Amino acid sequence: MGEEQNPEGSAPLSGDSASQQKPAAPPAKPAPPKPPPKAPAVMATTPWEDELTALLQERFGDRITGFYTYLGQEFLTAQPEAVPDILEFLKLEADFDYLVDITAVDWPKRERRFDLVYVLYSFARNHRIRIKTEIAEGERPASAVPVHLTANWLEREVFDMFGIEFEGHPDMRRILLPEEWQGHPLRKDYSILQQDTQWVRENLGIESGQ
Amino acid sequence: MAESTFLDSTELVLNMGPQHPSTHGVLRVILRLDGEKIMGTDCVIGYLHRGVEKIAENRTWTQFAPYVDRMDYLAAVSNGLGYCLAVEKLLNVEAPPRAQVVRVILTELNRIASHLVWLGTHALDIGALTPLFYVMREREAALDIFERYCGARLTTHAFRIGGLQYDLYDRFETDIKAFCDMFLPKVDEYEELLSENRIWKGRLVNVGVLTADECKEYGVTGPVLRAAGVEWDIRKALPYSGYDKYDFKIPTARNGDTYDRYIVRLEEMRQSVRIIRQAVEDIPEGPIMAKVPKVIKPPVGEAYVSIEAPKGELGYYVVSDGSTQPYRVRVRPPSFINLQALDRMARGGLVADIVAVIGTLDIVLGEIDR
Repeated sequence: MGEEQNPEGSAPLSGDSASQQKPAAPPAKPAPPKPPPKAPAVMATTPWEDELTALLQERFGDRITGFYTYLGQEFLTAQPEAVPDILEFLKLEADFDYLVDITAVDWPKRERRFDLVYVLYSFARNHRIRIKTEIAEGERPASAVPVHLTANWLEREVFDMFGIEFEGHPDMRRILLPEEWQGHPLRKDYSILQQDTQWVRENLGIESGQ
Repeated sequence: MAESTFLDSTELVLNMGPQHPSTHGVLRVILRLDGEKIMGTDCVIGYLHRGVEKIAENRTWTQFAPYVDRMDYLAAVSNGLGYCLAVEKLLNVEAPPRAQVVRVILTELNRIASHLVWLGTHALDIGALTPLFYVMREREAALDIFERYCGARLTTHAFRIGGLQYDLYDRFETDIKAFCDMFLPKVDEYEELLSENRIWKGRLVNVGVLTADECKEYGVTGPVLRAAGVEWDIRKALPYSGYDKYDFKIPTARNGDTYDRYIVRLEEMRQSVRIIRQAVEDIPEGPIMAKVPKVIKPPVGEAYVSIEAPKGELGYYVVSDGSTQPYRVRVRPPSFINLQALDRMARGGLVADIVAVIGTLDIVLGEIDR
């Protein structure tokens, strides 16, 4: 680990320790400089604008809810029902022919609790983008398999880990966990110690896997 | 009327694995056969599932780093590099130049070690026993360097978020140069043993063909994609860790069959030596750690960072909620996605070829199941 402290992180600390070293300092002293503003609690994105966003905006209008850049990486947010159309459009008309990954993130406090994330790459443009969409519990987003064959196993893994079922998927089964397993482990309300004890008892003949 | 039996059907279902020496781990493949011909396959995976992504959410960013070594355990250095780069991206820091060069050297050395295991086991599956002993001998020399550098041979945990923990040991440059001088002629030796061998070619040529378009449809990357003629390597396309400074070629082939993938991987080992030689000549002096806080708390945000691992594109999608623990770490494992193309590659072939096709995909089940 590095010996140095992040200057931003250390600023409020050094202010505290200075006041501790001199407890008898007169109260008339000017107040210590204010600590730098805290990192915002939301992702500090900047807008993403180029010919591709103009093209998408024209084609999809309101169905795409925003274009953003964060740390030099571009992503767009869209309505769930628009995603297969966007994927197809990007594949056929903008050369985004390689679906890198599909995954999800669980935000249980949110009304629509899941973020579905698609990572796309274009060999011709040498450009990588992400598509993000929000899915509510029980909602069945359309499968991307008709557009990209590689979505088959990726969507099965999302189903296995998060319990998001994809409409129109040719083979919506679990992929990593046993088929009879109860629960979806990557949900935030699934504790790390939790397991399907009944399955473990019946199939492994032991009381607990821990 | 007598009930129909399996003899009335032309289709035979054959179970292969999960305990089978040529599945390279615990992979189960259910084969549907018509005589000797494969009509379809179904992969059953997950036997090694340890919930790596769940573990990440219950550790700090730093604590999770050693866990990634245990996914693709033949290329632990690459896994570690990808994870460190992803967290560094979130923190918006870059490792110092000295650390970057050392990272390149060790990662390329690991690529050679990983390809060597592939070559040995693949040849063994085909029936060539000798190469396994040769490649293990050379791999030993590479692992010795890892051991001297960081104390571990397999799960190295060589890198830290922000740079390196250990500076180089005294004879590092000498060891690396000696390895390169020793290793290059060995690649010629493997070629002499295998490349023109009639049985080797008979078992490999036109087996498990995957065209460039099929590769893209299935998201297949790495040597499999390059053997189909696509000159694409993340080290060139989206350079990281200073790979753009080195002069090397992306080996490609045309037919996308098992033999071409063999040729591509052999040439990749030569190119790795080329990179290592350039890097070791010019290791800059200076710090090995960037200025990162002791407690790593990336600002709220997300990033996707990927590297060219020996098996293909290894990606990390990391999400931070501003706390000391990852909110989400998604690993995009190359083996998992490449394995999906197994059905396309094996279908229509002979049952004996399934062994060659699994071998040529160079899968590691620790990475598929995570």
